[in-house]
Amino acid sequence: MSSTANQLQEITAQDYKYGFVTDIEADTVPCGLNEDVIRLISTKKNEPEFMLEWRLKAYRHWLTMEEPRWANVHYPPIDYQAIIYYSAPKLKAKPKSIDEVDPTLLATYEKLGIPLKEREILAGVAVDAVFDSISVATTFKAKLAEMGIIFCAFSEAVREHPDLVQQYLGSVVPYTDNFFAALNSAVFSDGSFCFIPKGVRCPMELSTYFRINAAATGQFERTLIIAEEGSYVSYLEGCTAPIRDENQLHAAVVELVALDNARIKYSTVQNWYPGDKEGKGGIYNFVTKRGKCQGVNSKISWTQVETGSAITWKYPSCILMGDNSVGEFHSVALTNNYQQADTGTKMIHIGRNTRSTIVSKGISAGHGQNTYRGMVKILKGAEQARNYSRCDSLLLGDKCGAHTFPLIEVRNSTAIMEHEASTSKIGEDQIFYCQQRGIPAEAAVSMIVNGFCKEVFHELPMEFAVEAQKLLGVSLEGSVG
Amino acid sequence: MLEIRNLHARVEDAEILHGIDLSVKAGEVHAIMGPNGSGKSTLAKVLAGRDGYLVTEGSVLFDGKDLLAMLPEDRAREGLFLGFQYPIEIPGVSNMYFLKTALNEIRKHRGMPELDAMDFLTLAKEKMKMVDMDESLINRSVNEGFSGGEKKRNEIFQMAVLEPRLAILDETDSGLDIDALKVVSQGINALRRGDRAMILVTHYQRLLNYVVPDFVHVMIDGQVVKSGGKEFALELEDKGYAWLEEGEKARSY
Repeated sequence: MSSTANQLQEITAQDYKYGFVTDIEADTVPCGLNEDVIRLISTKKNEPEFMLEWRLKAYRHWLTMEEPRWANVHYPPIDYQAIIYYSAPKLKAKPKSIDEVDPTLLATYEKLGIPLKEREILAGVAVDAVFDSISVATTFKAKLAEMGIIFCAFSEAVREHPDLVQQYLGSVVPYTDNFFAALNSAVFSDGSFCFIPKGVRCPMELSTYFRINAAATGQFERTLIIAEEGSYVSYLEGCTAPIRDENQLHAAVVELVALDNARIKYSTVQNWYPGDKEGKGGIYNFVTKRGKCQGVNSKISWTQVETGSAITWKYPSCILMGDNSVGEFHSVALTNNYQQADTGTKMIHIGRNTRSTIVSKGISAGHGQNTYRGMVKILKGAEQARNYSRCDSLLLGDKCGAHTFPLIEVRNSTAIMEHEASTSKIGEDQIFYCQQRGIPAEAAVSMIVNGFCKEVFHELPMEFAVEAQKLLGVSLEGSVG
Repeated sequence: MLEIRNLHARVEDAEILHGIDLSVKAGEVHAIMGPNGSGKSTLAKVLAGRDGYLVTEGSVLFDGKDLLAMLPEDRAREGLFLGFQYPIEIPGVSNMYFLKTALNEIRKHRGMPELDAMDFLTLAKEKMKMVDMDESLINRSVNEGFSGGEKKRNEIFQMAVLEPRLAILDETDSGLDIDALKVVSQGINALRRGDRAMILVTHYQRLLNYVVPDFVHVMIDGQVVKSGGKEFALELEDKGYAWLEEGEKARSY
């Protein structure tokens, strides 16, 4: 192996910055799963009857299902009875405002760089923070409420806005959808709920920050965003977890609903603990994300930067029902060391003149395995549908892999489809060229990778783009970032 | 400025350079000529520190420092510039960002303050005029979609911005039509200075009509077989390399 390959290996062997554990007393249910545990979760959350029933239906359905094995990822069988399904930091009383939140928790978020305090008003981001299983603080609530926007913890929405929850919960991802969605539906503990009323343009980015803290805990959150006619919302999601030797399961569900002329922009920077350099530990990130463009001229766009997790298994998708609706998927997925990612999207064209765009950038380093899996389906009634797909893979070093499984199904002859794909290796030539101009190898790799991802970073809100760029830097390098 | 002594280098299992001696002083322009496969480009790459080229014997001093002990980026920061025969494309990275990063790395090394984007742009625009480069190229990705001529101009433009002490230009004339060759040559001439040395690596004599060297060396089979003044290039143009190659063969028997 040449010394550049060695250098690449050194550069890509990085450390995880967010691996600390917060010492906080937790309210935890016994590990394992049965109907009693589900009842206990529901009771702890003071849920109305319909919610418990839905959970139990989901659980009973889950029992009939088998864990899917079709993804291009490899891991030992998960013992679902060894997982703790509910863990919450013990709060003395439900905090009424941010000032009442346990300072230990606030300090944790501070350490993660998440602004939670009202003094961060200038940042213009409303944050809902989920710590293990419960949502601990939602900022800017009052201000948003004036406009009729509901942005709160999911459990709060279940209690305060049961009609909305009942109407939309499971309408995009039914509990029968897949194994992990069923499991989530049975045991989900919290998450974010967001409702933008007719004609309202949400004046700030809404943001959720997820954090897994407790050991042997699964995090099962659920996010539901409803954008009524003519409304707009941009939503950000970030995630981290402490370093632990055992694998932790994260099985979330995200549902988006866009009515006529509504637009939802959903951005994720996922930096769950990826495991150590030998592939020990790390988060299993098995997530179902789907948006429904229900109304005419509606638009849903997903942007994701996936740098963490031992295994990532997710396909943020769009169901394009409304005529002229638009779906977008922009993705950067980076796998380093022994990380595995099987990610992509589904675009289901149902309405007329529906359009979708897919831009996927996969980066593999170390022994990382990166798979793009995409499906574009044009149904019979989708006259004049259009899709543009592009998936590019970048390889760093000679022990990693990139795989692409695109599936295109067209049942209407007026459809226009375009698919482009490329695989390239970070060239020693490129690194040498930078070095010859005075730029050190580490910075060169970071620069080349960022250049490769530029199109996707363009889609992220400004501050998030900066964070994503830094994260890529940290994920790839020892010191620069 | 540059002292090369008995330099031997190999690529994989084959020794390409069999003992090069060359001495370059500040202000001088040297041309290294020779047939294909003679080791000219290898010498350029070895001096710049390209990975995979292993020096087995000899030494190179650059301003009195051991050049071969330095990382490629440190050689660049010390003032060594290599104009690439085939400039590399870096998709998604703008020319402007790339060159500003490079310049600031070099300035930091020299203890100078870093330039901000505005100051850099002013400097860049001024230098672009030197090689008659289209201003729109500064915002494009590094060399991506550039024509052959644009790539070579971009190399000279980078050299003008980075202001090296020693510039090694590897086949800068290859692939250029006569107009582009003139522009590039003018750029090179404008950058000739008393405290800056240049090594032009070239297969053909025609570049030397425009950039007149102080010394001409002919490399054959990994060795400098003959050196002379600027008129030597014309002699080579007339007689080709064959007579020297025969001499080389005779010598090795």
